Amino acid sequence: MPKYAILIFERELPNGAADIPPEVLAEHEKVPGRVAELGGKELGGLALEPTWTGTSIRGDVVTDGPFIETKEALAGVSIVEARDLDHAIELAKLIPIMDGGVEVRPLFDFQVTP
Amino acid sequence: MVEQAVADAHRREWAAVLAATVRVTRDLDTAEEAVQDAYVQALTAWQRDGVPTRPGAWLTTVARRLALNMLRRQKTFEAKLPLLVDRDTPEPDAFPDDRLRLVFTCCHPALSAEAQVALTLRLVCGVPTPDIARAFLVAEATMAARLTRAKKKIAKAGIPYAVPSASDLPARLDAALTVIHLLYSTGHTAHSGADLVRDDLAERALDLARMLHLLLPDHRETSGLLALLLVHQARRATRTDTSGRLLRLADQDRTRWDKALIAEADELLVDALKAAAPGRFTLQAAIAASHAQAPSYAETDWSEIVTLYDLLLAIWPSPVVALNRAVAVSMLAGPAEALVEVEKLEQDGRLAGYRYLPATKADLLHRLGRDAEAVEAYEAALALTDNAAEQEFLTERAQLFGRPENVGGVREN
Repeated sequence: MPKYAILIFERELPNGAADIPPEVLAEHEKVPGRVAELGGKELGGLALEPTWTGTSIRGDVVTDGPFIETKEALAGVSIVEARDLDHAIELAKLIPIMDGGVEVRPLFDFQVTP
Repeated sequence: MVEQAVADAHRREWAAVLAATVRVTRDLDTAEEAVQDAYVQALTAWQRDGVPTRPGAWLTTVARRLALNMLRRQKTFEAKLPLLVDRDTPEPDAFPDDRLRLVFTCCHPALSAEAQVALTLRLVCGVPTPDIARAFLVAEATMAARLTRAKKKIAKAGIPYAVPSASDLPARLDAALTVIHLLYSTGHTAHSGADLVRDDLAERALDLARMLHLLLPDHRETSGLLALLLVHQARRATRTDTSGRLLRLADQDRTRWDKALIAEADELLVDALKAAAPGRFTLQAAIAASHAQAPSYAETDWSEIVTLYDLLLAIWPSPVVALNRAVAVSMLAGPAEALVEVEKLEQDGRLAGYRYLPATKADLLHRLGRDAEAVEAYEAALALTDNAAEQEFLTERAQLFGRPENVGGVREN
């Protein structure tokens, strides 16, 4: 099955994931199981610390902060296997969102066009 | 004779043949090329052997064979071989479902609205790319690039070639109906110029609406959309006079409206209006049909029309609908009351640049005897349209009510 990245964008919390309310975290933990129930597979998930913890490297210059500043920051990534885009969208909808949204992007290495 | 048969087959069967071919190739570009070649081969083969009894089946067989040959030549055949197995166990008469898949692939929400319309025209209707470019007033290369991008996204993002699941169907179907409506509107009143392609677009949209209705007969909004397009089509010939000037509804020759189309629309509406909550296309169709049934403009049932507009606004709060409702209000309650509504819309700002707002205001002002202001409003409307027939209409109205030196030129103030 093709692989998709689900990019999670949220308005930033001061301490990032540490500030996520417990009930939202609990919802996050249920996602892999629900993905499997819907016939997909979560291959991995990442939660990112806030953008102020980031360090940018351009050429030899190392600077503080993120490369790209936006109102909503990339807060996490989930990699899933899905039958097609519709299936991936269905899986992406399982991710609890507080104040942002998700973007579904196919991963380059998939070879199957349904 | 054979040319006509091929042209008919193109019109009627293109989508079905393409859809059946895509199912084998899983690749839109290859399938499209193969289908095009199949139609070219039909010209000579049918000349030689006669027109087959089932042209669609003949074309599908040939297109599928050509597509497999192309894939083999592209050397991707072996890589793709495992995918070519027809996972869906094709049934020979599964055409309707196939076409439906194609429509929903083209109208997938992951594609931009303009790509949805262009792709539907290209893939479902088989309209050549240069014609689509002309209809949307862009360069052929631009349209070709747009279509290529959309097809690439279908392949790369894995947009499925499928009818959405029951839970997704209502939302997706709305996108498909909207595309068809947009297609018809583009053909109905072109933004500029005047060209035969526009008539063609309207007819393609009507074909599509008929097809969707045929495939989803129980879906009431699909009946509603078809009814709406049929009423528009019935009045089509009377929208301009013999010299191409735009005629208002009040001035149209109702004896020339196509009674058969109106009757067909009425029949569809009877069913569509049974829905507990009729959708926006059904309500728009009911409004159009109400106009079509009136023996004259004066005898229109304005009260019914205002009621229908109220229902429509409740489910689809669009400023354009509010503007149209104001026109009906002017007939029911007088121009003064309608003018209040129009001025509210003017302040709202969402219709800035919409030519029918100042045009409507102008008409109301004229009916209130405020001709000088009416002329100004006509000029404002004139500045917003590039369509020759509309320009002429607005210029004439402005000249009728204004002093000649005020009209058409740049006014200093």
